[in-house]
Order: sequence, then C-alpha cells, then structure tokens
Amino acid sequence: MRILALVKRVPAPGARINITADEQHVDDKHLGHAVSPHEECATEAAVQLVEKHGGDVTVLTLGPPEAEEQLRYAASTGVNKIVLVPTDGTPYDPQRTAAALADAIGQMEAADGEFDLIIFGNESADSGGFQVGVRVAYALGRPMVNAIKGLEIEGAPEGHIIARREIDAGVEVYELPLPACVGVKEGINLPRYPTMKGRLASKKAELNSIETDSDAGSQKMVRLVSPPETVNETVILGTGPEAAGAVVDLLEELGVM
Amino acid sequence: MSILVIIEHDRGDVAPAMFEALTVARELEGDVEAVVIGEGAETAATQLGAYGAETVHHVTSDELGDYSPEAWGQAAVEAIKELDPEVVMTAGTDRGNELMAQIGARMDLPFVANCVELNDDASEMIRSQWGGALHEETTLDAEIKLVSVAPHAVEATTEEAAGDIEELEVEIDAGLNRTVIKDRVVMNEGITLSTAPVVISGGRAVGSAEGFAPLEELAGELGGKVGCSRAVTNNGWRPHSDQVGQTGTRIAPTIYIASGISGATQHWVGAMGSKNILAINTDPEANMVTKAGWAVIADLHVMIPAITEEVRKRKA
Ligand SMILES: Cc1cc2nc3c(=O)[nH]c(=O)nc-3n(C[C@H](O)[C@H](O)[C@H](O)COP(=O)(O)OP(=O)(O)OC[C@H]3O[C@@H](n4cnc5c(N)ncnc54)[C@H](O)[C@@H]3O)c2cc1C
Ligand SMILES: Nc1ncnc2c1ncn2[C@@H]1O[C@H](COP(=O)(O)O)[C@@H](O)[C@H]1O
Repeated sequence: MRILALVKRVPAPGARINITADEQHVDDKHLGHAVSPHEECATEAAVQLVEKHGGDVTVLTLGPPEAEEQLRYAASTGVNKIVLVPTDGTPYDPQRTAAALADAIGQMEAADGEFDLIIFGNESADSGGFQVGVRVAYALGRPMVNAIKGLEIEGAPEGHIIARREIDAGVEVYELPLPACVGVKEGINLPRYPTMKGRLASKKAELNSIETDSDAGSQKMVRLVSPPETVNETVILGTGPEAAGAVVDLLEELGVM
Repeated sequence: MSILVIIEHDRGDVAPAMFEALTVARELEGDVEAVVIGEGAETAATQLGAYGAETVHHVTSDELGDYSPEAWGQAAVEAIKELDPEVVMTAGTDRGNELMAQIGARMDLPFVANCVELNDDASEMIRSQWGGALHEETTLDAEIKLVSVAPHAVEATTEEAAGDIEELEVEIDAGLNRTVIKDRVVMNEGITLSTAPVVISGGRAVGSAEGFAPLEELAGELGGKVGCSRAVTNNGWRPHSDQVGQTGTRIAPTIYIASGISGATQHWVGAMGSKNILAINTDPEANMVTKAGWAVIADLHVMIPAITEEVRKRKA
C-alpha cells in the first residue's frame, strides 16, 4: 500500500484571533503552529493502515518554507516520506491550491507509482474551503467521499475501502474501489504522540520539495474581519461552594430542573 | 437573473439548513428555482414552494438513487448546463459543501463555502473562517457563482411561491455510482450532545477520565449530557463524540456549564449557540468567564458536587 496524507500548516490561536494591520492574515507572530486536527487524524489513519497492511506513508503540504516544522512532526509519528510544495506568499484560493496539489501528486506518481489511497482532512482549520480534496480527487479521476469517521481496507491493494460517515440518525457506509481518496474528520482515531526514536529519525528525514505551476484563482479575499462580538456583563454568582444555591436558583429559573 | 438552489435531502427529508439557504436565495436579485436529485426527490420537491421556489426541477436518470457525491454532483452539473443560472446555492452542511465542491471541480468553477452574507448578485460576500470565529470578505468573479450558506446564518422564513415541479431527464455515467451509499446503520440514542437541554463540560482541569464522574452525576440529575474540550479528548479521557468545538460538536442547550475550560476560540465557536452559559473556573480572567453570562470563580472539583447536592436537596 502506498498512502498519501495531505496536511496544511495553520496558526494555533488561543482566546482571540488577531488580524494583521493590512487585514490579510491572522497575526501569528506570537502563536505556535499546528496542522488542522482533521489532518492530524488523516496522517494517523495512513500510518495505522500501513502498520496493518504494509507499505509506506507520504505526507505532503503546500505552504511556506516554515511548514517544514509540521512535516518533521509528521515524520516523528511514523511517516516515511515528507514533501513540501513551496508557496511564495501570493494568495492561493482553493482552486489554485487544488491545481498545485494535483500537479505535485501527478509528478510524484510519475516518478514512484500510484498512491492506493489519498487521505485529506474534511476541511482546513483556518480558511475552511471544504473543497480541496474533492477537486484533487476529480483531477486524478478517483472516487472521493468527505466527512469520514471510520476507514478500513478490504482486499488490499486491489480491493476497496469501507468508509463510514456519521449523520444525525446514524452512519452511512461507502465502499470505494482503490485507488481512492477520502476526507476524514477528527475522532476517526486518536493521533499518537512522537516517540523519542521518532523524534530523532525526523531530524534526519529527507525533505523533498516539488515545484508546481498554478494560475491565480478567481475567488479573491478582500480582507479579514472579526465578527461582531456579543458583549456580556458576566454575573459572578460566587467564589465557592456557597454559590451552589445561586446556581440552582438559575437552573430553576431556566426551567431545566 | 436566475438562482438555482440545489436541495440537500436524505431520501426525501429536506435538511433544515436548506430552508435557511432558500431564505437567503430570496434576498438576492432574481428568480429562485430549486433542483432535487435522487431517491425521494419527489417528496422533497413538494416542500419547496412554501420557501419561495417558483419552479422545482426534478432531475431524473436511471442511474440516480441514494446519495452519491459523484453521481449527484454530475447530475447537478447537467441540470446547471440545461438551466443556465447565474448563481447556484446550497446549504453549508457536510453534503451541501461536498456536492458544491463536486460541481466546482467538474465545471472548473470557484466555490465559496459557508457564506454568512451576500450582495445582490453573489459577486461579493462575507464567509466564515475558523468555524465562525473569523469573517472573510471576498469577491467572486465567475460566470456561474457557486456558494453555500453557513448553517444558522439566518432564520428560515416562508414565502409562498408556485413551486411547480418540472421533470428534467439527464444522462450520467453509471460508473459514478462507485461512491453511492452502500449501507446504513441506524442509531437511536435519544438525546445527543447537539440536542440536550443541559450540557455540562469539563476541560483539562478535570485531570483524568475518573474525574468526570461528578459531572456525569450532575448531568444525570438534570437530564443533560456531558461534554468536554479537545484537551480532554487528546488525553483520551473522553471519546471525541463528547468534544464541543470547531472540530467537535456545535451545541445549543438552554444552559451550558463549562467547568475548567479556558474558552479558546475553537472551543467557543462550538459553545456560542448556547442560550445561557455558566463558567466555573478558578481564573476570573479566563475567556470562558468573561464571555459567559454567569460565572462561579471556584475549583470545579468542589463546585460540581456542591451543585449536585443542592439539586438533590431541592428535588427531595
Ligand atoms: C485548529 C484547531 C482546532 C481546535 N478545535 C477544538 C475544538 O473543537 N474543541 C476544543 O475544545 N478545542 C479545540 N482546539 C484546542 C483549543 O485551542 C484549546 O487548546 C483547548 O480548547 C483547551 O482546552 P481546555 O480549555 O480544557 O484547557 P486549558 O486551556 O488548559 O484550560 C484549562 C482551564 O481550567 C482552569 N482551571 C484550572 N484548574 C481549575 C480548577 N481546579 N477548577 C476550575 N477551573 C480550573 C484554568 O484557569 C483554565 O482556564 C483546537 C485547536 C486548534 C489549533
Ligand atoms: N495548502 C495545503 N496543503 C496540503 N493540503 C491541503 C492544503 N490546503 C488544503 N489541503 C487539504 O485539503 C483539505 C480540505 O481543505 P479546504 O478545502 O481548504 O477546506 C484539507 O483538510 C487538507 O487535507
């Protein structure tokens, strides 16, 4: 099995998301960075499937040179190969991102053979376009289902995947022939933490870089704004167990007792 | 101008967010028409006139059955080619966004997901990022504009229109049903995190899986559900299905009791739909406290059992 997971570097804001003065970016000067939680699970799913069925895992990201940090982290959790598609700071809308990723995957497959399974996140945590995976899968001619919370392979490598999607009333089951693509959601697994050995190996992992050509897309961001905040006068009901009475008064008032 | 609304439905059950999308569509400058696809489409079609659809195009093909993102996506593309709309809209749900991404990919058109506000011809919009914690103003330059409407962006209202149903037969490749739903597992677990009237959450400060027992007890007394933050699921103390937030569940209870949770933006966007919020935290400056309507500045390990005891006392 050859499995590819696609991840995106995003800032990890805390209590507030601050915007830069030019209103074009999240101000990440004082923030750490992470990959979207759904995509951490994409990487974990890839590693688990290869542990079970054999093969290797590649993790690919399109982003600034600093995204090396997220790729090395992936390498410390059991990923075999890491690949960066470098960007130059110009805007990438979802269409352009997908075109560049499809191009890069095409180059990788021409060199090393087809991926049996490509795993995306359901949506990126920052821009949340809900589409890059679907577009890449279409460009590659492969079946794709998003919002997956359960994933198994039957009859690898020529077989199919069983993919489960949660809806309000239960679970939908899909069966896609390989090679296939899926977008996964957090909760499909619990991503592992790096081991000491993994951390050492990740420092030595070779970082591959792939250049792509892609045209600017036609969705243009004008600016980022903070949504109107509801300002609240917080009523402090107390500072210890004696506040329990006031809390239960509130519960009674709201009719939830 | 014509606005085509692609209807998300499950074997005839129209997704509630669809009625919000139809409400938004009516505010644009143009005629609102709807498209229904697949198994149960006839049933879905009859509900749309009430929300302002003049015409409902019932797309038929021998190859269309239960939901398949690829087959339904291609069917929508065929309908768009036939009907030639300027704007195509749907609801920003899992299926809605997936279907619109399929249309965008197949027609090589941009798609703007989760809009909260649109101008008259959908060439300018505000969309949600970070699960709603941030807004993005965007311009869209395309011959056919594909957009989805963020759930809860507006309240659905009715406006009676003809709702004439017209059949539209299309041809699609049978191979696209490789992504059709093969099977369903029905679960009926009663109240869920997203429907519970009371949600009692614990964060990192709970400290362990066992530490949730007092929260379970209080939830039991109030007929509520226990939730948690991502710090908790990451530690394996609770299953992910309990997580409230951007990558967890969005809740809307009568009261949300958030204990030992700092209120990071990604947690807050899942909690902000609650009608009342009570924060229990040792830090009076915690975001959860300053954003909540009510707060107790105390140790949750003392406070939760004290509340449970008081509830029991009053019930007795
Ligand atoms: C892309 C992305 C997506 C994310 N999605 C989600 C999501 O869906 N849901 C989510 O929850 N998080 C999410 N997160 C994580 C989020 O940013 C926070 O890290 C997380 O919510 C913190 O959890 P916490 O509040 O339990 O822990 P902390 O931030 O550590 O807060 C603990 C709180 O407990 C208080 N406390 C300490 N001791 C006590 C005591 N004895 N009694 C009472 N209070 C006490 C402290 O004052 C503090 O406020 C996401 C992060 C990223 C980057
Ligand atoms: N810059 C990127 N690099 C790698 N993968 C990406 C990138 N942007 C999006 N993706 C993948 O596509 C999924 C959907 O992204 P989006 O359409 O932005 O919500 C993400 O969860 C990732 O798996």
